[in-house]
Amino acid sequence: MFGWEFPPHLSGGLGTACLGLATALKEQDVKLLFVVPKAHGDESIPLINASGVTLAADETVVRTVHKRSDTGSREIAVAATIRPYATGAATRAVEHWHWQYATETLRTVKSGSGIRYSFSGGYGPSLMEEVARYADVAGAIARQNNFDVIHAHDWLSFPAGVEAKNVSGKPLIVHVHATEIDRAGENNIDRRVFDIERQGMQAADLVIAVSQWTKDILVRKYDIHPAKIHVVHNGVMPVQVDHWPVTPKISEHVVTFLGRVTYQKGPLYFIEAARKVLDYFPDAHFIMAGSGDLLPAMIDRVARGKMSSRVHFTGFLRGKQIHQVWSVTDVYVMPSVSEPFGITPLEAVQAGVPVIVSNQSGVAEVMDHVIKVDFWDTRALANAIIGVLRHKVLSDSLRSNGRKEIEALTWKRAAGKIKQLYHEF
Amino acid sequence: MNSDQQYLNLYFQVHQPQRLNMFQFFDVGSGRGYFDDDLNGDIVSRLAERCYLPANALLLRLIDRHPEIKVTFSISGTALEQFERYTPKVLQSFRQLEETGSVEFLGETYYHSLACFLSPKEFALQIGRHQQKLGALIGASTTFFRNTELIYSDAIGKQVSELGFTGMYVEGCDRMLAGRTPNALYRHATEDLVLVPRNYRLSDDVAFRYSDKTWREWPLTGKKFASWLGRLPRHEKMVSLGMDYETFGEHTPHSTGIFTFLDDFITVMRKSRKFRFINPSEMASLLPVEHAAGAKEGVSWADEARDVSAWLGNAMQRDAFGSLERLHDAVMASDDVVLIDAYRHLQTSDHFYYMATKDGADDGVHRYFSPYTSPYEAFMNFMNILADLELRVGRLRHRRHMVYATPPALETDPAPIRW
Repeated sequence: MFGWEFPPHLSGGLGTACLGLATALKEQDVKLLFVVPKAHGDESIPLINASGVTLAADETVVRTVHKRSDTGSREIAVAATIRPYATGAATRAVEHWHWQYATETLRTVKSGSGIRYSFSGGYGPSLMEEVARYADVAGAIARQNNFDVIHAHDWLSFPAGVEAKNVSGKPLIVHVHATEIDRAGENNIDRRVFDIERQGMQAADLVIAVSQWTKDILVRKYDIHPAKIHVVHNGVMPVQVDHWPVTPKISEHVVTFLGRVTYQKGPLYFIEAARKVLDYFPDAHFIMAGSGDLLPAMIDRVARGKMSSRVHFTGFLRGKQIHQVWSVTDVYVMPSVSEPFGITPLEAVQAGVPVIVSNQSGVAEVMDHVIKVDFWDTRALANAIIGVLRHKVLSDSLRSNGRKEIEALTWKRAAGKIKQLYHEF
Repeated sequence: MNSDQQYLNLYFQVHQPQRLNMFQFFDVGSGRGYFDDDLNGDIVSRLAERCYLPANALLLRLIDRHPEIKVTFSISGTALEQFERYTPKVLQSFRQLEETGSVEFLGETYYHSLACFLSPKEFALQIGRHQQKLGALIGASTTFFRNTELIYSDAIGKQVSELGFTGMYVEGCDRMLAGRTPNALYRHATEDLVLVPRNYRLSDDVAFRYSDKTWREWPLTGKKFASWLGRLPRHEKMVSLGMDYETFGEHTPHSTGIFTFLDDFITVMRKSRKFRFINPSEMASLLPVEHAAGAKEGVSWADEARDVSAWLGNAMQRDAFGSLERLHDAVMASDDVVLIDAYRHLQTSDHFYYMATKDGADDGVHRYFSPYTSPYEAFMNFMNILADLELRVGRLRHRRHMVYATPPALETDPAPIRW
């Protein structure tokens, strides 16, 4: 299995999903070799660290992170190429808020008779190069290991999966957690990413999509045959937080956006809805938690609308800070333009927060006990926010029914389906 | 008279709610109407084509040839007014049925409402309004009653009796009958009121199971169904089958053969020596009424639970109904017929039915009927309309007080209300 990011490092939706799925598959007695470009050693399952694999030598050994050694290395920097979630000059202003925009680069390290790549494993400027080199390493890993099926998560690892298939002749499953169409919108796609996605799906024996929404995109925009695509919805990992951090509430009515502040997540629709809500609910407060290339534009929009005293920006949050935000939130809004799945709403439900999601999301397919609106319909969104704020009985019902509902959305269920797909080969 | 004679009562429920407009919070105070006339017109027209007109034609044809065939209808006021507005042909065919003398109509609340839980006075007014409408449009009068979705309790039975009805329909379930047969008449424990239990097992064979291909009795023919009735013991004198009239052609499509089923079943039963058709007003004179039955808490024909949880089962439903209840006095004091009529249309049980958050098979049925994508949407929409109604009632009161003062600013400037 080839991944990219893995918790607790760089854990966006992809890493979270990989952890949930890998853990559940192991529990169902599936033997996994999980490869990531850069393992840190503190992950909850053993990983194969691609940065530790030596290439072009006869006796190369795959070392797991637990036995990593970095002696006698030489570093070679590779030129920058791509930044996946960021475009435009505005990014620079918010870079320091968003640790995902690391400026790390890929280094090639001489190691004994061969070389190995020291991957950043992030989304830095040398991403395209890393993706290509990751595939080289995958070929070596495929030669050195025995396995029955190859499973690659998202385009970052598709070339790796394809290479592993070429080397081993074993069937390839590519798992689509998000597409370039989701991230960039149809008119701003990076053609190179799009092509890697499509080639990966074409080379694959089977494609897993995290929702029907995503499957439809794969069929329509990538021209993949629907019979080849299986929908397996994500699960959510149970959390046990005994002591929720208590943060003083700024208001009785707090509405939260939490996610990357990028085109895909629809932050502008959140701000537009806030404007409409504030006309009627002057005491409501809005939190925009997260960062991204649209953040400066959002701050500007709020200032122009004279809403700065009611709309608060937190920058990028992690771990405990996210719990703090949930603890003060009365309703969570995910107005995504195109959301393949959307784990954050499920985490909100777990934290006891009522949820409003866009119909343009995978999570809308699996959750009944949330309010659903079209992302562009800011009036309907504002109406829903007001509904939840006004009626305690509504938020209570969403909270308790939602909690019950997500109990069935387990990774165990998802892993069971995927295990079945493995056995089809 | 043949003492072994058994009787069959067919009761069909005709109801269409006035479905609500999508009404956002921003529409509060805007003057936007509450009811989705386009949607309602479309649905009623579709139902007229698929169900009401062909089914009425079928019954008329059978009754014209064999007047001993008898049928009972209950048509809600909200359905009647929509037929009047969108499909007068349907009214005309019901009038023809009434003129045969073989068809009896039941009383109910005009608004197919939950008024029995509001106040005895409101309940009585809505029943009176229904009688007027039924008389005016169909030419029928009523002696038997059926409450919304067969909701019944001893207290409701008492009120119905006090309003002068001879009897009423109830769900023939164990909570009502304590395990006794539904194929008999019962009476209220203290009042002079006949209770007609619906045989829900046989009724649901038609209403729910007829088109279920996994049912071991599928396909059900009229002849086969009639044979089941023929096997009932002699001492079970009367079977009442009650179901939505929309079963024929809407819930169960024409293509399944449901009309042929109805035609065959009635024809076979007419020829039967054992059974005669009966309408409720003849029941008390032809049949014994020996035992009392009843229930303290609400019983109904809805959902697995057969109680009132389909409408008032969750917190949202109870909060919405409570909010409606609290507005009652203010709305009535407004003395504004348009507002009062709107207020009563908001009492229609369907609006609460859409807010249910049940699991399993019940959930499927609730969703089938709902114009909303979720119960939460149904709740929000209803509450927004209620907020608007409250605002309008408030403005009216304000204006009355201000008759001799300066013109009210509220009239020209519908400033948003602050919550």
